[in-house]
Amino acid sequence: MTTATCPECDADVVIPADAMENELISCAECGAELEIISLNPVELDLAPEVEEDWGE
Amino acid sequence: MRIGILITHVRAEEKLLISAFQERGIEPDVMLDRDLNFDITAGPDQLAPSGFPWRAYDLIMERSVSTSRGLYALAILNSWGIPTINRYETASVCADKLRTSIALAQAQVPQPAVRVAFDPETTVQALNDLGYPAVFKPVTGSWGRLLARVNDQDTAESIIEHRQTLGDYNHHTYYIQKYIDKPGRDIRAFVIGDRTICAIYRTSPHWITNTARGGQASNCPVTPEIDDLCLRAAQAVGGGVLAIDLLEAPDGQLLVNEVNHTMEFRNSSAPTGVNIPAEVVTYALSQVRVTA
Repeated sequence: MTTATCPECDADVVIPADAMENELISCAECGAELEIISLNPVELDLAPEVEEDWGE
Repeated sequence: MRIGILITHVRAEEKLLISAFQERGIEPDVMLDRDLNFDITAGPDQLAPSGFPWRAYDLIMERSVSTSRGLYALAILNSWGIPTINRYETASVCADKLRTSIALAQAQVPQPAVRVAFDPETTVQALNDLGYPAVFKPVTGSWGRLLARVNDQDTAESIIEHRQTLGDYNHHTYYIQKYIDKPGRDIRAFVIGDRTICAIYRTSPHWITNTARGGQASNCPVTPEIDDLCLRAAQAVGGGVLAIDLLEAPDGQLLVNEVNHTMEFRNSSAPTGVNIPAEVVTYALSQVRVTA
């Protein structure tokens, strides 16, 4: 099981086995939305804030 | 065959689409819209973020969550003759609720009564013409954000004052729909090319029924009426891969509420039993053959 440190709260975040770079995941501890910046090595960053023109 | 997927970041939908391409033996190039750096005059021989020239792509699937980035990328790529899903013309109409209403009206597709005004006092008059309750919607926006149902003039004037004071110029275009007293749900139908492949009810105790706002998805049978209305709506905006939102009026009439050009579908395959990403990929590959 791969984990990485949440940049918001320092908790361990479990990285799903099928994770992709630039995928969004949530920290189970603090709920922060995170982006997987790289997989090797695993690096997380806070996901960008939702902007007004985001949507479908 | 070379396929590109343009994204802001990877969400459930993009992951499903990438898997669907892989199941067809195609490894799409995933490109981030934050990495785009176009030389407008240099044309399609310049390199995409993937390292391949744009000209090498048989198709770019635009899946940016950022509407502005996605639209401008489509405009540029289409100007170079690169096939995209969706095409810029379709996406630009769908991204603007006012332009969508115009397109639906031109095609005589039923929609809620809608008025547009630009001046605060005239907007109050427009609301009086329309009748309460009514719904303010930003012309650009999604996920049910910044919608406001107003039941009387006092509330309307408050909304207008806030938008005039706090909003940018986009919020000074007042797009107002007659509120439809729907039966605790709306319908989202998925149109791919010339087929309505499936539909869901989005049920919520709140008048905003988007699944992004907690609406619950369940299967909605695609009746001939839903199919006909959705195909006409899709054609009105230029066609492609689209999600059509329908409202059921108290008299039973179906009305087209919105058309979405980068649809989310993560919650829709399970209740409908339709493999939506596989359908999208099949359509995408058929478009490559059409345009090749």
